[in-house]
Amino acid sequence: MTDKATLIGEILAAHAHQEGPLLPILHDVQHAFGCVDAESEALIAKGLNLSRADVHGVVSFYHDYSSTADPRPVVQICRAESCKSRGVEALMASAKAAAGARVKLHTVYCLGLCSSGPNARVGDTLYARLDAAALTQVIENA
Amino acid sequence: MLIRISDDALARALGADKLAEAFASKGHEVHRVSSWGMHWLEPLVDIGGKGFGPATLNDVDAILDGSSAKAIGEIAEHPFIAKQQRLTFARAGRTRPTDLDDYLAHGGFVGLNRARAIGGQAIITEVLQSGLRGRGGAGFPAGIKWQTVANAPGPKKYIVCNADEGDSATFADRMVMEGDPFHLLEGLAIAGEAVGADQGYIYVRSEYPDAIRKLNEALAKCAHILAPFKCEVRVGAGAYVCGEETSLLNSLEGKRGEVRAKPPLPALEGLFGKPTVVNNVLTLAAIPHILEEGGASHYDSHGINRSKGTMPIQLAGNIKHGGLFEVAFGITLRELVYDIGGGTESGRPVKAVQVGGPLGAYIHPDQFDIEFDYEAYAAVDALIGHAGLTVFDDTADMGGMARFAMEFCAAESCGKCTPCRIGAVRGVELIDRILAGGRVPDTLELAPQMHNAKTKTRTQGEEIELLTDLCDTMKFGSLCALGGFTPYPVMSALKHWPEDFTGSPVVAEAAE
Repeated sequence: MTDKATLIGEILAAHAHQEGPLLPILHDVQHAFGCVDAESEALIAKGLNLSRADVHGVVSFYHDYSSTADPRPVVQICRAESCKSRGVEALMASAKAAAGARVKLHTVYCLGLCSSGPNARVGDTLYARLDAAALTQVIENA
Repeated sequence: MLIRISDDALARALGADKLAEAFASKGHEVHRVSSWGMHWLEPLVDIGGKGFGPATLNDVDAILDGSSAKAIGEIAEHPFIAKQQRLTFARAGRTRPTDLDDYLAHGGFVGLNRARAIGGQAIITEVLQSGLRGRGGAGFPAGIKWQTVANAPGPKKYIVCNADEGDSATFADRMVMEGDPFHLLEGLAIAGEAVGADQGYIYVRSEYPDAIRKLNEALAKCAHILAPFKCEVRVGAGAYVCGEETSLLNSLEGKRGEVRAKPPLPALEGLFGKPTVVNNVLTLAAIPHILEEGGASHYDSHGINRSKGTMPIQLAGNIKHGGLFEVAFGITLRELVYDIGGGTESGRPVKAVQVGGPLGAYIHPDQFDIEFDYEAYAAVDALIGHAGLTVFDDTADMGGMARFAMEFCAAESCGKCTPCRIGAVRGVELIDRILAGGRVPDTLELAPQMHNAKTKTRTQGEEIELLTDLCDTMKFGSLCALGGFTPYPVMSALKHWPEDFTGSPVVAEAAE
């Protein structure tokens, strides 16, 4: 058995007691491997007695799961209405320049800090009241 | 000296952790409490009830020796706090979120204990008396929903808390979960007692890591009090549409977050086909107060018309004094935006306020005297939604915002129904053509063989007519609020700021 099969087996076992465990399982797999690839989908499908199509349908539906791993650090930038009203769009050009090919910029809609935008998130760390210089700093440190 | 600093995600994003460390390293005891909700003052330092904010590391010494220019005086007497009627957020700023003793010392579990003493039917009667309506947006009376679930046959029922707060300008759910997680859990347990459910789920969006952590921590600490009611926190996966209740149920079951057709109502066939109460965080967080002695009539004494109780209103966007403002229904936007919010942060005139998140209408300053009330908003083709306000100054491009509304709908549509899935894409194209000045026939249409094709340019007015028609189809043909309410921001922007679409107001007026 491959390492991946072993680890996914452990993840499946850890969620065996839950009702409707697919999303929690996918979160764990995404966290462990940085993606949910076709091999993982097949293993999960077998473990839960679902079709691979069922699992793939769920993986492809949600923004949080990806089919291939991206080794780059990710900076999430909110571009929803409140951050727009506070000028996030004007920061995007310099943010893209700062990110270059090294950092992945990911647009999200709302980080819940809407009174103090523009906002960004790296991992579980949030940043608020960003201006161009501060956002560039966040991206460079990512 | 005892120093209190919020550990709300907003305060942390603005450097509250380092600030707390700085005070601790000087030998002071630091309590990490919930946020008062005055976001422009975060990180707010609270010493013996007196506030200092927004504090930075450079302010530490001045705050300690009392010479800081950032002093705001007694926090509880600050006009922003004093003008509020805090029922749901009564403990905000006062307790440590995951400290069970703090919660018990501030009236925690009084509602649950009384609920258990009076029993299921009496609980529902009191919730009905309170006039509480669902705070997620639809405003359906909570008591009627609970009664339906209670009357539904079957031994297994569920309580599902919708904490998938994806709307821009909303953060009240997050503040409840991060600032007072026991309170929400108490609300769930009371709902369980009322309808005979022993299992609850809280579906939290993955963008709220702090809320997830604190809910789990609080759950572990109070499981023995909630028992036999059990509760589990489930994490969403980045789909906005999962804030719609049936889509949320599918997601909880481990399926694609596609919307279900109603009927059957979730109250009768919900999670795993069982009768299910699906309530928003704010609805369930209003419950413990209502279940206290005399709470229902106290709650009912607030508000106007059929909109009873208080609403935690979220002031966001380009506003000077942003934050959480819990107040009885009936307040006007003028008071909220100017008197309380202090106008725009940029200092420029207010151009528009979007009420109710990405699916809410843009309100023109001429309409600022409408009272905050479900029916009054519906009457002007607007909605209260989750009571988030996004303020825009006069630099806002409303044509661009209308396009964004369609673009957002296209990106987040679950794909189940055609008006939303395809309509949103066509909506973006239409708005692009309106902004470009109309539609020129393409090469194929101009070919001599195409006898019936129009060879004339479609004018802006004709395109606007098409957009209006499309919005009508989406509004009445979509399965859920995503496709059904996207026309609100689009049409309100078109109605009030036609010049942002056409360059001149004349053409649009002709089309109306």
